[in-house]
Amino acid sequence: MQQFWVFVRKEFYHIFRDKKSLLIIFALPIAQMLIFGFALTNEIKNTQIGVLDNANDEASLILIAQLEASKYFEISNTFTNPDEIDAAFKADKIKLAIVIPPNFKSELAHNNSARIQLLADATDPNTATTLEVYASAVIRDYQNTINNNFKLPYSISTEIRMLYNPQLKGAYLFVPGVMGMILLLISAMMTSISIVREKELNTMEIILASPLKPMVLILSKAVPYMVISLINVSTILLISVTLLDLPINGSIWLVFGVCFLFITTALSLGLMISNITDSQQTAMFISLMGLMLPTLILSGFMFPIENMPVPMQILSNIVPTKWFFIIIKDVMIKGLGFSSVWREILILAGMTAFFLIISWKKFKMRLA
Amino acid sequence: MTDKVIITENLTKKFGDFTAVDGISFHVNKGEIFGFLGANGAGKTTAMKMLIGIWEPTSGKAEVAGYDIYRDMENIKKSIGYMSQRFSLYEDIPVIENIRFFGGIYGLSRAEIKEKSAALLHKLNLTAESKTLVSALPLGWKQKLAFSLAIIHQPKIVFLDEPTGGVDPITRRKFWELIYDAANEGVTVFVTTHYMDEAEYCDRISIMVDGRIAALDTPAALKKQFNAENIDQIFTHLARGAKRTAD
Repeated sequence: MQQFWVFVRKEFYHIFRDKKSLLIIFALPIAQMLIFGFALTNEIKNTQIGVLDNANDEASLILIAQLEASKYFEISNTFTNPDEIDAAFKADKIKLAIVIPPNFKSELAHNNSARIQLLADATDPNTATTLEVYASAVIRDYQNTINNNFKLPYSISTEIRMLYNPQLKGAYLFVPGVMGMILLLISAMMTSISIVREKELNTMEIILASPLKPMVLILSKAVPYMVISLINVSTILLISVTLLDLPINGSIWLVFGVCFLFITTALSLGLMISNITDSQQTAMFISLMGLMLPTLILSGFMFPIENMPVPMQILSNIVPTKWFFIIIKDVMIKGLGFSSVWREILILAGMTAFFLIISWKKFKMRLA
Repeated sequence: MTDKVIITENLTKKFGDFTAVDGISFHVNKGEIFGFLGANGAGKTTAMKMLIGIWEPTSGKAEVAGYDIYRDMENIKKSIGYMSQRFSLYEDIPVIENIRFFGGIYGLSRAEIKEKSAALLHKLNLTAESKTLVSALPLGWKQKLAFSLAIIHQPKIVFLDEPTGGVDPITRRKFWELIYDAANEGVTVFVTTHYMDEAEYCDRISIMVDGRIAALDTPAALKKQFNAENIDQIFTHLARGAKRTAD
């Protein structure tokens, strides 16, 4: 026991002595939460748009007023000829342009139909699609108000409810994502680096020649980062509840339990990496390329897995963060309990056991 | 109780096709300073690492402190101390924390660590420096500290792998005084070196060439046997026949 405590004490000395690693460990989660929460939002709000009103009649003015009134848009440019639209797009002044044809009101009145052109900047296809949908909705609203004067023979209306995330907040997606990323980064990368560093410094030889049991060595390396990771989970949850208004709908103990499991997964991955390499730089590189990149691409956090080609979808199953992401999303946001996510938990636990066995076997071989 | 604390018989280590240590047989007596000489790449570090349990031998037998290296490594590890080529202290933590750590992993209790660290700091004149980072210490002091930590748990045998590498002659001389102190307290010292003047300080020496032991005896007897004035001449004579080049 004394062996374990002196070792853990030494690990914390390393961590607190190095201001850079301290910064990565404690400031990075907060920074990421704030960046994702407030800067990198893909919600549409007050987007600058331009209008070319060729009609300038009663109907077109009402429509423009309604666009202006919506919280999604802000009319920054009013054009008088089509060439100006092109220039405004190229100068990046607007993301969307609306062209209203001449005689808009009389076409509506006499032909019962009119055409409005929407031009969107599709360099960012997601934003373009969203803007188009929102603008069409505003136009449809206007159409409904004038239709009120007549009774349509048939009409089907849709009643939409956005379940679990009624305000369509991006935070619901990125909080579990950031959590997965941070836990992986700290537990896997920092652990592998701290073990490999002992090899680089040759202190590993002394440790291996000492009566210290390999199990104690591994536990002493893992426990400090486990503690730090759990502190980070608390910080992330605290920020998401207080600053981002994202409540934890499910059991907080289940959330912590799953985080504990995922930290163990990450630690066993870190142990595996430290078995492969003897240099800190390689360990860092493998952690970033081998763990962070698949997490970003294949966990479903940035890109929906259902939209990927089938081989990628199959590949995504071996990324542990994918399962963590699913469980946390279900528990935190949908408020589901253990009975609904036990399959995913089992998969994650199985992966962890697999990694632990492999790295333990390899570690024993290194001792031989 | 045997007087031989290390016994090897045909001890061999192969890395793929390369035979690093080629069937060496020797013994080390209790309480002696045993010099393990050889050019770089001759296999002395590999041989030592088999004895301290870092590498498993390919074949052959060996006993350390009366325990078999295949079956009883745990007991061996409790009986030995080891200092590696690069002193291997934690540079970014204070002297006292290094003492605590190594005392702890060698299995000392909290009370023992407290008592030993005070005595050790006093002996090395480092009491005022106990909170200094190891990185701020001069090389000679680091080396003394590393050695003192390797014997903090009073092992039966201490293994020193080129302990004086890169240090000036005066500091080396002072370091050897520490080794003599330890030997006088009954610790058997197994030391590898490639400084031939240091070989004269040893009770007995072996000279390894190409993974084999080419000569083994007291320095005086070897000089007589090879009709040489000093160990350096013997070494040069033996090393001339070496096929391996230094790595």
